[in-house]
Amino acid sequence: MSDVPVDPSPAGPDPALAAAEPVPATTVATEPGQPSETPGPAGSRVRLTGEVIIQAITQGSSTVVTILAIFLALVVGGVLIVFSDPVVSRAWSSFFTVPGYTLSQTWDAVSFAYSQMFEGAILNPSTVSAAFHGGSVAAIFYPLSSTCAQATPLILTGLSVAIAFRAGLFNIGAAGQWVGGAVVATWLGFGVSLPPVIHVIVCVVGGFVGGAVIGWFVGLLKARTGAHEVIVTIMLNYVMYDLLQYLLSHQTMLQAPHQNNEIAPSVANSANLAHVGGPPPQVGVGFLIAVAAALAVAWLLSRTTTGFQFRTVGASPSAARTAGINVERSWIVVMLLAGGLAGLSAATVIQGTNTQLTFNSYGTYGPDGITVALLGRAKPVGVVLAGLLFGALHVGGTYVEAATLGQVPAPIVQVLEGLIVLFVAAPALIRAVFRLRATRGTGMAAVAKGWNG
Amino acid sequence: MERVTTLAAAVRAPLSTERRYVAAGTFVVIGLINIVVFGMLAHAGDAGFKLSQQGSGVQIPTIRVPAASVCYVLGAAAIALGIARATMPFSRLGKRLAIASALLCFLLSLLCWADAGQIPLNLINLGQNTIVQSIPLILGALAGLLCERSGVINIAIEGQLLFGAFTAAIVASAFGGLWIGLVAGSLAGGLVGLVLAVLAITFLMDQIVLGVVLNVLALGMTNYLYDRLMSQNPNYNTGAAFGAIKIPGLAEIPVIGPIFFDSNIFLYITYAALIAIQVALFHSRWGLRVRAVGEHPAAADTVGIRVLRIRYRNVILGGLIAGIGGAFLTIGSVGIFNQDISSGFGYIALAALIFGRWTPLGSLAAALLFGFCLELALVLPTVNPVLPAPIMDMAPYVATIVAVAGLVGKVRAPKADGQPYVKS
Repeated sequence: MSDVPVDPSPAGPDPALAAAEPVPATTVATEPGQPSETPGPAGSRVRLTGEVIIQAITQGSSTVVTILAIFLALVVGGVLIVFSDPVVSRAWSSFFTVPGYTLSQTWDAVSFAYSQMFEGAILNPSTVSAAFHGGSVAAIFYPLSSTCAQATPLILTGLSVAIAFRAGLFNIGAAGQWVGGAVVATWLGFGVSLPPVIHVIVCVVGGFVGGAVIGWFVGLLKARTGAHEVIVTIMLNYVMYDLLQYLLSHQTMLQAPHQNNEIAPSVANSANLAHVGGPPPQVGVGFLIAVAAALAVAWLLSRTTTGFQFRTVGASPSAARTAGINVERSWIVVMLLAGGLAGLSAATVIQGTNTQLTFNSYGTYGPDGITVALLGRAKPVGVVLAGLLFGALHVGGTYVEAATLGQVPAPIVQVLEGLIVLFVAAPALIRAVFRLRATRGTGMAAVAKGWNG
Repeated sequence: MERVTTLAAAVRAPLSTERRYVAAGTFVVIGLINIVVFGMLAHAGDAGFKLSQQGSGVQIPTIRVPAASVCYVLGAAAIALGIARATMPFSRLGKRLAIASALLCFLLSLLCWADAGQIPLNLINLGQNTIVQSIPLILGALAGLLCERSGVINIAIEGQLLFGAFTAAIVASAFGGLWIGLVAGSLAGGLVGLVLAVLAITFLMDQIVLGVVLNVLALGMTNYLYDRLMSQNPNYNTGAAFGAIKIPGLAEIPVIGPIFFDSNIFLYITYAALIAIQVALFHSRWGLRVRAVGEHPAAADTVGIRVLRIRYRNVILGGLIAGIGGAFLTIGSVGIFNQDISSGFGYIALAALIFGRWTPLGSLAAALLFGFCLELALVLPTVNPVLPAPIMDMAPYVATIVAVAGLVGKVRAPKADGQPYVKS
């Protein structure tokens, strides 16, 4: 049972989170005959006895809920695959005459799609057997490597949204901050010549700064004028898209020479992030940056005064203000960091996977960051895991579309992502579906707050 | 008690005292932009504005004004407004009128600047297209309003629009009837609303998480079904759309007629929804109950109002209205459904709702402003090809940020917005 709280909170338990999280101690205490000294939020010595495991399953600990949520999402996604497959839906029309044929067709369609997704994103058994017959060993790790590479920018935008959530702010603007970082990283990448390692560092820092400026502006407006960050970040996203289009369509700005398309010059080789496995679809140093950023955010939130202030402001701005915390300063600093993290995400993409900034480079990193942060419950470790899951789904989605010749289009993974977050965020629903005993709990930790903040 | 109120005042202090000067300062900045940027940089020559369409009965002569001078006058007006705002007490209505006037000065200067020395700009077409851009925003904001006034945050407006747009297009194409498409689009929005209601009200799910997730789901579902059904079979996406209906008599009025009374059924549905919600929310027993539930559900429950039932009803009703807004995006305008056709309209509607302080008329004003800016971004590059299009596209969003930060400031949502109600 890995329900050990991820966030040790030595600076005092976070009241908002503690109140809303399904802490095992409280659910356990309602069961008769249980020892009352079952570990509380700080308990790290949970013994893995059979009893505990069964209890976790029957009552739905957050890990079990997450697993069941993924399972349920796959089932619902399977229904969608079946419903939209003409062969299988025709088979269902003759369900009462040949039920066996219907079910086998259904099973084939769904299991083929999901096994292809798994082979594309995690492990392809044929590469393992090939390795035994003299094939490449590195090929075994190719899917996992691609997954980590895909997860890298998602983890960073996820952290961006998550850290803002912890201070009670809803950062819809990771996309705009991403663009800010991408512009600076690109410009430093081709416009400046520096020795290899220093160039990489300068560009990554530049990406952070580029995003941080955009985030800082949002925080500043919120602190000085009370402008709601949701509106400002949405609008800034559009402003940044337009700015990017302007910069990329003028030769005097960022457009590559002799180009009519909206594309920037390639980042110099000296600024490229090194790759571990092979050419760009595989994982590189960017992933290490993402993990390091997650550790830094975890340290900041749980071990520093600033992090404590963020969490207090997130729990209740008025209480924080009464307690002498400078709420406005916290908003500004947290948005600056959030923007910087989104900018880092851009730097890992521009310097790592595709070295030319185009108008479509920002993709869906911003919106995906929101779902990753929510699935990770706005905690750094959770964000890393959620980012990896989403990275795997993205890789698998592309793979399954190619493998089924378009019969299962890649957007299936968007549906799966949505369903997973939906079910994880509604443990009461999961418990109701699977008839788990404890139906208590208000669901996911209150990561997001209402408009009145 | 006194101590509590002074403490509360102290806690709120930083924003309320600065507001007056921030607003005044913003007016002055707007005025300076009018004078320095638009006035001084305007090309020599007149700006022309047409006030009638070709072929309409009454032809009004084209208005020609010296662009730079008008910019100076409007700039001076905005600065005067700023000085007045800083030195004189304004009533609530006065403050809002001042904001509206300052924005009007800004937009008129922008128009003069862009059109100086160019072919005349047809204001009637601009007005018509502004309305077209605004319809999904108004309906989306009204949908959000119904939910949030009863205490349920609705971020899923985007998803409701998108799902409504998809369903309306596919049903209208498959059954060959536009009306059935409209009904289906509305029901699709209502379905998203129902999911929102069940998960938010009964399963107590975090409403912001829920809204974002429903948007992701709607996008994924429609993308998937588009790839699977529509792109392979054009019969599911025929592109049929409602035609315009002229209101007899009213449509003949010069200027106003073609803008407000010569559009398709969706505009008239929007009028009806707007009036119905404005009247019902503030002048009916239902509206009083809704507002009570949104502000203080426990108190409402104590006097016998069924909190959860009102919330369910409002969230589903909101979904139905957003679904109509979504249907407009396909069968009300272009006809064809494309992937992610709502492209952020739901989020802009959400911004309009917040900007409009959770009132129908405020949301209407904000939605019209956003719609006007969206349209302006499309029109200005065609009027004046010298201007870089992306920079013009930026204007509406910059204007919104200026308006929200400089003029409106902190807004207050319904007190219980986003908080699930559990009977104790």
